[in-house]
Amino acid sequence: MELTSTLLTGTGSWNPLAWILGLVVAAVIAWLIYSLGEKGYKAGTAQAEPFISGNPEPEKGLVHVRAGNLYWGYLEALKGYYNRLVPLHTGDLHDYILWYLGVTALFLVLVVISA
Amino acid sequence: MIPAFIVENSPALMVIVPLVAAFITPFIGRISHALRSLWVGGAMAVTSAITLILALDVYATGTRLYVFGASAASMALPPDSGGIPIRIIFAVDPMSALMLVITAISGFAIILYSLASERSYSGLESYYTLYLLMITGILGMVSTGDVFNFFVFLEILSLASAGLIAYRIDGGVAVEAALKYFVLSTIGALAILVAIGIYYGEYNALNMAMIAARMQFSLLDQVALVLIIAALAMKCGAVPMHFWTPDAYSMAPSSITALLVVASQASLYGLFRTVFTLYNLSLNAVTVGWLIIILGVLSMVVGVTMAIPQKNVKRLMAYHAVSQTGYMLLGVGVGLAVLGNQSLLDAFGYMAMEGGLFHIINHAMYKGLLFLTAGAIFLRIGTYNLNRMGGLGHSMKWTMVFFVIGALAIAGIPPFNGFASKLMIYESVFIFNPVLAVIAMVVSILTLASFVKVFHSIFMGPRLPEYAEVKEAPLPMLFGMGILAVVVILFGLFPTIVVESLITPAAHALVNQGAYISAILGGA
Amino acid sequence: MFWNLPYVAVVVLTIIALATIVLKKNLIKVFLGIIILESAVNLFLISLGYREGGIAPIYTNAPAAAMVLPTPQALTLTSIVIGVATSALLLSFAIIIWKKYGSINLDRIRRLKE
Repeated sequence: MELTSTLLTGTGSWNPLAWILGLVVAAVIAWLIYSLGEKGYKAGTAQAEPFISGNPEPEKGLVHVRAGNLYWGYLEALKGYYNRLVPLHTGDLHDYILWYLGVTALFLVLVVISA
Repeated sequence: MIPAFIVENSPALMVIVPLVAAFITPFIGRISHALRSLWVGGAMAVTSAITLILALDVYATGTRLYVFGASAASMALPPDSGGIPIRIIFAVDPMSALMLVITAISGFAIILYSLASERSYSGLESYYTLYLLMITGILGMVSTGDVFNFFVFLEILSLASAGLIAYRIDGGVAVEAALKYFVLSTIGALAILVAIGIYYGEYNALNMAMIAARMQFSLLDQVALVLIIAALAMKCGAVPMHFWTPDAYSMAPSSITALLVVASQASLYGLFRTVFTLYNLSLNAVTVGWLIIILGVLSMVVGVTMAIPQKNVKRLMAYHAVSQTGYMLLGVGVGLAVLGNQSLLDAFGYMAMEGGLFHIINHAMYKGLLFLTAGAIFLRIGTYNLNRMGGLGHSMKWTMVFFVIGALAIAGIPPFNGFASKLMIYESVFIFNPVLAVIAMVVSILTLASFVKVFHSIFMGPRLPEYAEVKEAPLPMLFGMGILAVVVILFGLFPTIVVESLITPAAHALVNQGAYISAILGGA
Repeated sequence: MFWNLPYVAVVVLTIIALATIVLKKNLIKVFLGIIILESAVNLFLISLGYREGGIAPIYTNAPAAAMVLPTPQALTLTSIVIGVATSALLLSFAIIIWKKYGSINLDRIRRLKE
């Protein structure tokens, strides 16, 4: 196992099969803990309801957290960055071409000066 | 076992088979649709088989030459030409072979997927014709040894890709995406043609080995270098020339987007081939290396940060494609920046390049897989809008499994293949410049965060009433995705075998310019 | 100096073409700019192949003079053919956009952004 799958990266190494072995061991331990738990519930009684307080269950569509609500805090924190970056993606073909020509010109100057 | 005729002529056959099959496809389509499916599937299977035969042969016996129109396939220099290779040459070295393997696997998996995903659309004869032309273009680009021939295949690829991006007109929006892609790629291709003209005027040769052998790095060569680097970096979607990428990737049919990823990497191949084989040590390795590194870092950071707030799942994945291209540019750029210094090259330069090249093949597999899962979801629920998705894990279990495999691989979670190549990049780039390695790791974390969001919003949550009737994707699509998923897992479990047999020869073939020249010009 | 005239023309044409592409808002005019750019590149290629006093490489009844290698002409011909395909595809895009968007002004073709 060591010989066939240890990836040497110059300064370190990594063996995916050993990692898999570790994952399997962790999974077995998790399963053992899980199997110690309560075995079942009675369907049709209050045990199967989502809220023990007896509140009514909301509709399925309302329970799901939609994509637009995720990472709101992250986007709010980095507002300054995003307010500058996003408007650059104007969707205008002229801007696309100008960026390309500009990068070409910049590279030309840098390469010719350094040569 | 394999007839010698096929092995001998495989470089020509792998381009001719899809090219001829492409133009026969519309006629077969008139007979029956089932026959056409059989025909294009068979043509792609044959092409992939020939390509893999050629790649294996290159890995076993070294660089393969194929000279069109010569009496013997390996005769690059006609006896009466005065030492100038005048014919069009295909030169397949281990770096080309790596790209051939990528194209063969992706091309076959994607056509299987297309047979099911496109079944209900009209205009399929042009779809499959253009698909096979794209394959022709990619295979030709990565195996040619002639700069003008490279331009011709690049244009075949651009024309076919633009046609396919616009294929589902979608109220004109897909055409807008194709228009932006095609105007930019036409201007880029003309810049490359000017560079080719400069080489011809200066060295009287179009053959890459001949130009490399005569390279002076005069002012004109510097201009040609910049024209090619900028054009090909634009075509592989490096920031700040990436604006066409999300437009085109999100509007093309998903199967085509997966192939566009491979097409972008063919441009990346052209970039590396130009820098390493045409110029190599004659250019200012530190400047050009750092330019490529900066492009790579910008692509990684801007790509991933733009991906996070996206609402359209394919646009999000397209920004991730930009971000992942950055890793490849970073790895190979570090290798280029230390090109002149043998001890640094041995210490970490080769490892960085191998990481970058390994990431190319890994990226083609897992990103292709992710785009295919997006297409399967679109086929069943008819939207790409993440805000309208949810709970699909209940009904599309296999698609979810494939998505998870792709998402973990792109985020660099062990034991999937993305981790292996990213680890190689982190550890080698850390010695070169720790800041770059830290940026690369942060980008990886943001990638994971972004895919957690996608996974949650598509598959998690209760079964939504509007998607109560949704079924699993059809079997050929699952099969196409399955091929890529298996490759992702195998590459992750046995990275050493892949690195030693595919990647290391490719990295050494790129760096060793002398071997490339002498393979073609015969020790001149 | 006189022999550099074609190259001067190439530079002038390139500048005109790039200015047209970048400054004009009408899609058809942008395409015209691209076609002018193609012509400039073709002129560049064909000028590279010119040799003073050279003759066409046709061996039948050839006079005893230096023949010109026909590679640049072949390149130009290929490039013209590719240019035709490019123009055809671009114009067909313009037709569809005009039909679907009702305008071919670049300021209006911005539905994909951010």
